[in-house]
Amino acid sequence: MAVVGRSLLILGLCACLYGIGASIYGARGGGRVWVDSGRRAMYVLAGMTLFAFVILDVAFITSDFSYNIVATGSSTTTPTFYRAAAIWATQQGSLLLWVLLLSSWSSLALFLTRRRIPEIVPYAQAVLFALCTFFTGLNVLFANPFATSANPPAEGAGLDPLLRHTTMMIHPPMLYSGYTLLLVPFAFAVGALISGRLSAEWIQVTRRFALAAWLCLGIGILLGARWSYTELGWGGYWAWDPVENAALMPWLCVTAYIHSIMIQEKRGMLKVWNISLILTTGTLAIVGTFLVRSGILSSIHAFVSDPTLNISFVGLISVMVIGSLYLVIWRKDSLKTDARLDSLISREAVFLFQNLLLVALTAVIFWITFFPLISEAITGTEVSVGPPAFRPFVVPLAILVVLLSGIGPIIAWRRVTVAKLRRSLTFPAVVALAVLAVLLAFGSIGPHVFALLMFGAGAFVIAAVAQEFYRGVRARRAMTSESPPVALGRLVRRNRRRYGGYIVHAGVAFALIGVAASTSFQDSRTATIRPGQSVMIHGYKVRYVRATASATAQKLSFGAVLNVTSGGHHVTTLTTSYGLYPSQDPTQGPIGRFFNGSAESRVGLRAGLTQDIWAVINPNITPLQGLIQKGNAVLQKALTNALAQPPAARAQALNQLYQLRDIAIEKLTGRFVTNPWPATFLLIVSPLVTWLWLGAIMAAIGGLIALWPLPPPRRRRPALRQRRRELAPEPEVRARELV
Amino acid sequence: MAFVIVLVVVAIAVFVISAPLRAHRDHRRQEDPEAARVAELEFARDAKYREIRDAELDLRTGKLSPEDYGAIDRTLRAEAIEIMRALEASPAPHEE
Repeated sequence: MAVVGRSLLILGLCACLYGIGASIYGARGGGRVWVDSGRRAMYVLAGMTLFAFVILDVAFITSDFSYNIVATGSSTTTPTFYRAAAIWATQQGSLLLWVLLLSSWSSLALFLTRRRIPEIVPYAQAVLFALCTFFTGLNVLFANPFATSANPPAEGAGLDPLLRHTTMMIHPPMLYSGYTLLLVPFAFAVGALISGRLSAEWIQVTRRFALAAWLCLGIGILLGARWSYTELGWGGYWAWDPVENAALMPWLCVTAYIHSIMIQEKRGMLKVWNISLILTTGTLAIVGTFLVRSGILSSIHAFVSDPTLNISFVGLISVMVIGSLYLVIWRKDSLKTDARLDSLISREAVFLFQNLLLVALTAVIFWITFFPLISEAITGTEVSVGPPAFRPFVVPLAILVVLLSGIGPIIAWRRVTVAKLRRSLTFPAVVALAVLAVLLAFGSIGPHVFALLMFGAGAFVIAAVAQEFYRGVRARRAMTSESPPVALGRLVRRNRRRYGGYIVHAGVAFALIGVAASTSFQDSRTATIRPGQSVMIHGYKVRYVRATASATAQKLSFGAVLNVTSGGHHVTTLTTSYGLYPSQDPTQGPIGRFFNGSAESRVGLRAGLTQDIWAVINPNITPLQGLIQKGNAVLQKALTNALAQPPAARAQALNQLYQLRDIAIEKLTGRFVTNPWPATFLLIVSPLVTWLWLGAIMAAIGGLIALWPLPPPRRRRPALRQRRRELAPEPEVRARELV
Repeated sequence: MAFVIVLVVVAIAVFVISAPLRAHRDHRRQEDPEAARVAELEFARDAKYREIRDAELDLRTGKLSPEDYGAIDRTLRAEAIEIMRALEASPAPHEE
């Protein structure tokens, strides 16, 4: 089936090239049938890529090691769920997933717009095909997922143990979905610029794709953070790693875009800004993809560097940047608008300021992320930057963004009187000040002024959103006399975009309060203790009760059971372990390879609404090394003797030796339990981490509400209006009946 | 076997992609530019409707004073009427 898979990719590339030609020919006078034919080529590409993806995934699930990427990225001992998902842990497989997602979202976008904005669609279609051509071309020419070996190994190298985590298997498809969804509005923006049809219609048509991209990227980022917190064993969820930042930057930009397009939709303003913003966001999506693959910046998430891929990506990014600049400059006159802000006290003014802050935030992150490369280019020395380089800039900007996300919902479009604004601001401001006063009076804030400000800003947002819901329900009840829950449900249902957005704002405020608290007031310590010994942290007494160990064919595990008490009362029992996966390196010896493979950590976690208690073990297995070496020597000698026997006796001898090896490994592992060797623990007590996860879930729910299509009765309204239009004689009469 | 599968895929792809070209339609037919203008106006009209509704919700939720609302509503309705007039002045787009 490898031949079929490779043929599908080549045919897909042909479909892409045909799609570009047909779309452009159709737009330049060839007729609509060519554009329709081109659109169908996108459906075909999506179908072919899906077929190819299924072929490859079946190879992973059935452990067909004749495929090179299956041999390097999976093994028979990898659990089936992870085998099915291991496809995107490889460079080639992840590129194939990229093409699959991009062609699928493109097919959906082109299907939905098949009868709309006909001047823009052909060019947007050509741009989407061009991007598909690039990624399919990479798969065909430089990163063939269907490369096979004539002499496949009996066993694969296995999936990186760190990736054997449920969230990590969903995280990449979510990020890729976010990146590929962003390219839909990007392509339509290019189409609008080329065709010169620059009203807000293309924005309205692609708004849901931008929102879906925001949602998918956000979920992907959060799943990555969760993986980092529970799997990587360092106790944090965000390390300002280049690959993390690569996903955050387009997310920030698309957040700004989702807000600023409302101004263009309502007022016809900010055309240059919006189109530049989405062109930048689309380019950042490709930059993000490039960073993961290039290895140009050191990251634990990056694939192995491939110079050919790097050059190709730099070429694509250059074309996108130069092309975008050219198109915006070319159309600068058409992008001008006469509309102006009515007042600085208006929602559009708040959105504008918030946009500037989000773009500034993105620029700061971009600059610091790429600073090692910039410094190397200028001085010849690569300067490494870490989280402390980001915080002084990012934190104040983030506080301002949060504050504005509270002001936005309570301020009206166009203009507001100062008295009305004061009235709307009173409740949120009082809540924020009360929170600050309570924290200053009873909390130990110390030097963490920024955290305090974030708590105040977050409280302001949550109060503002609560006030908006209260006022909305009250207004609806005044008109309909519905019960509060019914009024709330119908209010949200009829104004999904508005109230979904408010829920997102509250969710982000909760999440950032959690971030501020857990990063500023975290208490951590490292302690090396023996079973029976205790250590104090943040008022808790953590006792190392006993060691645990297990040996399976997949991994060896060394762990600990910890008892946590406070004031003599039992709080929780934590279990943490350190897993070792067998190495395929024969120089480690037949027994040593089981103790010197890839490692993973299982965190002991007691998550609470106010506090997390987190522990991870770093076991000391050095005392086993002497026995391991001895076992290596004995077993190696026995294996050599067994291999020298006649074939009939060889298999039986080897089988016996492998059984003995397994018993020896089990005994060696068991010594970790029977001998009270000291183990090193990293212990962390963090406040409000759960707020981060709950806030993110809340924001995702809000995003889904905003994304959800309007109910059928409202969608039918344009038809009703059309009928009314035919009946009503004068526009003035109809305008009076609008609401 | 692989060859047969690839051949079937190629046949399906050609059939799907060429369907619009095989249909008995005028290959050279272009979009009616007036239809695009009408679509743009209809989009602007719907956006204006939403804006009028939003302003009313802002009034009901206490964000706008009746005076501010009155001024904004008048402006929005005037803009809506302008769009409707432009729509009525446009010839009906050609049906497919």
